[in-house]
Amino acid sequence: MTTNISFLLNGDEISYEVKDHWTLLHLLREEMGLIGTKEGCGNGECGACTVIVDKLAINSCLYLAVEADGKTIETIEGLASTDGTLHPIQQSFVDNGGIQCGFCTPGMIMSSKALLDENPKANREEIKHALAGNICRCTGYIQIFESVEAAKEPVVESPVAENKGGQNE
Amino acid sequence: MKPFKYLSPATVEEAIAFHGRHTETAKYIGGGTDVIVKVKEGLMEPDYLISLKKIEELSELHKNEATGELSIGAMVTHATLEKSLMIQNEYPIIYDAVSNIGSLQVRNVGTIGGNLINAVPSADGAIPLIALDGVAILQSPDGERSVEVKDLFIEPYKTILKPGEILKKITIQPQAPHTGSAYIKFGRRAAMELPLIGIGVLLTVNDDLVTCTKARICLGVAAPTPMRAFDAESLLVGKKIDEKILIEAGKIAADESRVRDSVRGKAWHRKEMIRVQVKRMGLKCQQIIRNNS
Repeated sequence: MTTNISFLLNGDEISYEVKDHWTLLHLLREEMGLIGTKEGCGNGECGACTVIVDKLAINSCLYLAVEADGKTIETIEGLASTDGTLHPIQQSFVDNGGIQCGFCTPGMIMSSKALLDENPKANREEIKHALAGNICRCTGYIQIFESVEAAKEPVVESPVAENKGGQNE
Repeated sequence: MKPFKYLSPATVEEAIAFHGRHTETAKYIGGGTDVIVKVKEGLMEPDYLISLKKIEELSELHKNEATGELSIGAMVTHATLEKSLMIQNEYPIIYDAVSNIGSLQVRNVGTIGGNLINAVPSADGAIPLIALDGVAILQSPDGERSVEVKDLFIEPYKTILKPGEILKKITIQPQAPHTGSAYIKFGRRAAMELPLIGIGVLLTVNDDLVTCTKARICLGVAAPTPMRAFDAESLLVGKKIDEKILIEAGKIAADESRVRDSVRGKAWHRKEMIRVQVKRMGLKCQQIIRNNS
């Protein structure tokens, strides 16, 4: 009861023989050693296991590994550059106190990334809606929302400013 | 999790054939946000999981421009409905309901068909489809049949589907002009919560924009299955819609409900919320009708 699957994981092509009953979370953590993705509740309530599959944030604890076949998957390990430079969302969580114990952070950041990739100008309400499935027991969420807002692309104030940015100076 | 074999048929016929071969040891799986939890908890112990994910026709969401019929494949995810501009503009009651199911992670994977088939009393997805007089298209080895969504449910966790039968899609006929619809999931907190009560209202008025020609008042968690408040609906038809008559309809709907005490809330509180929210959703329908006229 195994199946051979191929998928793109953080930009790398992966082939793996998975057991049909493995969750994607099990494959990532227990088989591949990518322990950045956390297991919280295991029931799709807490969001600690959030990864991005084909641009959508999903709970990897409820997603069967066999269904990853042919998909593009992003985990927290894929965000920082190879030289260790953090992704802007990660850096923003550090700078804005969006992390306390850190357990929910990988899930929070993956949900935030899926949101900002799709909607780079997300407002506070949209951020709250997108992060509603990620539970944090430390921060009270305010610094997390502020971290996501600070990670957004800078707002272009006026057409004049936009033109300036477009010129080769 | 207990091991199982994962099967991935490409057509409905193939899925039904797989089920026929393995019968009670096989279960269909849609998005899996309910099935995987049940397998993990040992509430379901299938030897075979037959996935419906690869069956393309089940994921189709489209409106037939000629007939105006809306067709929602059973495997359409809540997030697909939530993001659809057509759903947002023309079927706000569906948007209201699906945009607050579970979390975004669940809505990205969970399907409208799974929400119906799971048949929990709190299924947010069922209420708008009942209010819109939706029809479920089912397929089994014996052929295809259609059933009104309101008649799908027998009791909590039990539908009329026969073993091996598949919910293919839900169809909704075009709404009359001057129709408004709204749903509220009423709970104790905004995020990640099952509703204490779910209230969906749909109103159609004639060209004077006040006289009601059709009313649907649908309630979730108000009975063992999603229900319609028929007496409250009857009260509204033929009357001029205003706050006073909607308050009356709310009272009748609360009386018709069969709410009970549970860990999440008390029956008396649920009744009070039905009274208040039927009125509010009715007023919201009226606002939508005015805005669109």
